[in-house]
Amino acid sequence: MYPQVLFKNRQPDRPATLAEYRESGGYQALSNALAKGAPEAIREAVDASDLKGRGGAGFPVAKKWGTIPEDAPEKRYLLVNADEMEPGTFKDREMIQTDPHMLIEGAVLAAYGTGCGKGFLFIRPSYDTSAEILEQAIDSARQAGYLGKNILGSGFSFHLDIHRSGGRYICGEGTAILNATMGKRPNPKNPPPFPTDKGLWGLPTLVHNVETLVCLPHIVRNGGEWFKNLAKSDDGSGTKLYCVSGRVNRPGCYELPLGTKLSEIIEEFGGGVIGGNQFKACLPGGASTHYLTAENYDVDMDSVSLSNAGYRLGTSAVIVFDETCCMVDATLNLTTFFVRESCGWCTPCREGLRYIQDLLWRIENGAGEEAYIPRLQEFAGYLKNAYCAFALGAAGPIESLLAHFEDEVRAHLAEKKCPFKS
Amino acid sequence: MWTDEGTDGMIPDSLRKELEAEIAAAETPRERAVSVMFAFQHHCGYMSDSALKEAADLLGMTPAELEELATFYDFIYRKPVGRYVLHICDGVVCHIHGYNFLMDHLCSRLEIQPGGTSTDGLFTLLPVCCIGYCDHAPAMLVNRKMHGRLTPERVDDLLEQLKKEADVPAGSV
Ligand SMILES: Cc1cc2nc3c(=O)[nH]c(=O)nc-3n(C[C@H](O)[C@H](O)[C@H](O)COP(=O)(O)O)c2cc1C
Ligand code: SF4
Ligand code: FES
Repeated sequence: MYPQVLFKNRQPDRPATLAEYRESGGYQALSNALAKGAPEAIREAVDASDLKGRGGAGFPVAKKWGTIPEDAPEKRYLLVNADEMEPGTFKDREMIQTDPHMLIEGAVLAAYGTGCGKGFLFIRPSYDTSAEILEQAIDSARQAGYLGKNILGSGFSFHLDIHRSGGRYICGEGTAILNATMGKRPNPKNPPPFPTDKGLWGLPTLVHNVETLVCLPHIVRNGGEWFKNLAKSDDGSGTKLYCVSGRVNRPGCYELPLGTKLSEIIEEFGGGVIGGNQFKACLPGGASTHYLTAENYDVDMDSVSLSNAGYRLGTSAVIVFDETCCMVDATLNLTTFFVRESCGWCTPCREGLRYIQDLLWRIENGAGEEAYIPRLQEFAGYLKNAYCAFALGAAGPIESLLAHFEDEVRAHLAEKKCPFKS
Repeated sequence: MWTDEGTDGMIPDSLRKELEAEIAAAETPRERAVSVMFAFQHHCGYMSDSALKEAADLLGMTPAELEELATFYDFIYRKPVGRYVLHICDGVVCHIHGYNFLMDHLCSRLEIQPGGTSTDGLFTLLPVCCIGYCDHAPAMLVNRKMHGRLTPERVDDLLEQLKKEADVPAGSV
């Protein structure tokens, strides 16, 4: 068992209470920081920790904070991203259902460190249970003086409201979430200006993932160096909430040192492949990443090692496929997801993905032709011209299907049916 | 729940006052657009044209502006839905854990197609992308609450139980 930092209060069936969170050292970082009255101390600790955003893009947190202009207006917003709609990913839900106060303390620390007076917690409708837990936790934090006006008598005020989303994957994207929160159509908006400069209602807005924020109380309390040393890999820092799902015996969310080996995650924690079957491939970081095959089974799950092997850490949600899975069928399913969730703003994504879906559907259903293979390649390439990172993510499974499983695609063509279906 | 007491429009005055207060406290009225639509849906079941118009008026938006949001989101319904909305996950993890099989089973039990509502008005079946409970695959939401590791037997038990609960007259639950 590795040290549990974010999941230290984890229980099988209920979230930790305020009292339990406090007993475990919770809200100490906030009390000390406010007593010292030095927001810059928070920024220094975060800088020293080398914490990278956990929402999928891996952007360094201190660097993002540094992009708030020096002369920015005093009115600023913190936007907590609990949209979590990347298929295979459920770490933020697990985190909220484990220790909601850790998220609240993290949010207040981020707000204090950057001067935000108001926050929104943007949460998807499927997470109604988590939203209810958070509502109660926010209430009790307010009553205990950790949230709201004049927090712990320090003169610093921060209000946190829950914003329930209507449910669409694109809303989690770092600029679409601004439109979604303001009640506009959630299309992305390419920077500049960056949200930290002109975000919600044209004011500086800091967007952070749930897992990023829960790291802050520990960083502020124990120091950046300590946090860095939690990771296994030299250039990583902290622990990571890895999700394992698909064809494994013990699907779940596990807190492990950043850089834990993929094979260890799947076998030691995920309980190995179902029925002792062969590991065929996995998506290492959610639906928007490339299929990773057995040759990289032992890769260290951190962004540098994965990137050296040609992959992205994404949301660190490992979806495992075994020998019983048809990769054309899986890619068709993933592409159908992207077709449906495309916000429709730009043509390569809106039209191109539909076309790719159609080709895959034909191949899977025995009506494929040789010419479809180069055409799939060509159209996956066009996705790079799309307006936002959504389409790049969608290209991942398609490109890697062709790179690693061309034989399987060809078997569909030769047999004029899916070889996995009787 | 369906009474028209103290109402000029789709929702009772008390709810209207609550929503007006919520909108007044927001940074801008339309920030509350989804929340207001959820409140209407909670009361009227779905966003009918009249509900949409009334909600838009409250928010200071045109019906067309609100429509643009209503049709964008998975959990806003522009058509009537049953008492229980079954959002069945067709994400990739559930897919490799027997989604197709489960969907066929639900369709035949309820005698509907995906997107349809059973004739007794109890169940609406909507396929939806990954609901974030992949560790419980195959999974679905029933009125937003998760039910996981579904098998045909478990689905049958669940439907039975929901039917029983629906027999209890509204207002007493
Ligand atoms: C299509 C798309 C969907 C995204 N969805 C989410 C999401 O649900 N939650 C999230 O935290 N980040 C999501 N992101 C990443 C955000 O753009 C952004 O990087 C992140 O919220 C910033 O927080 P962090 O720096 O703390 O990681 C998404 C990105 C893309 C391109
Ligand atoms: S790439 Fe897709 S999701 Fe992104 S703006 Fe274009 S249509 Fe919208
Ligand atoms: S794929 Fe079904 S819950 Fe995630």
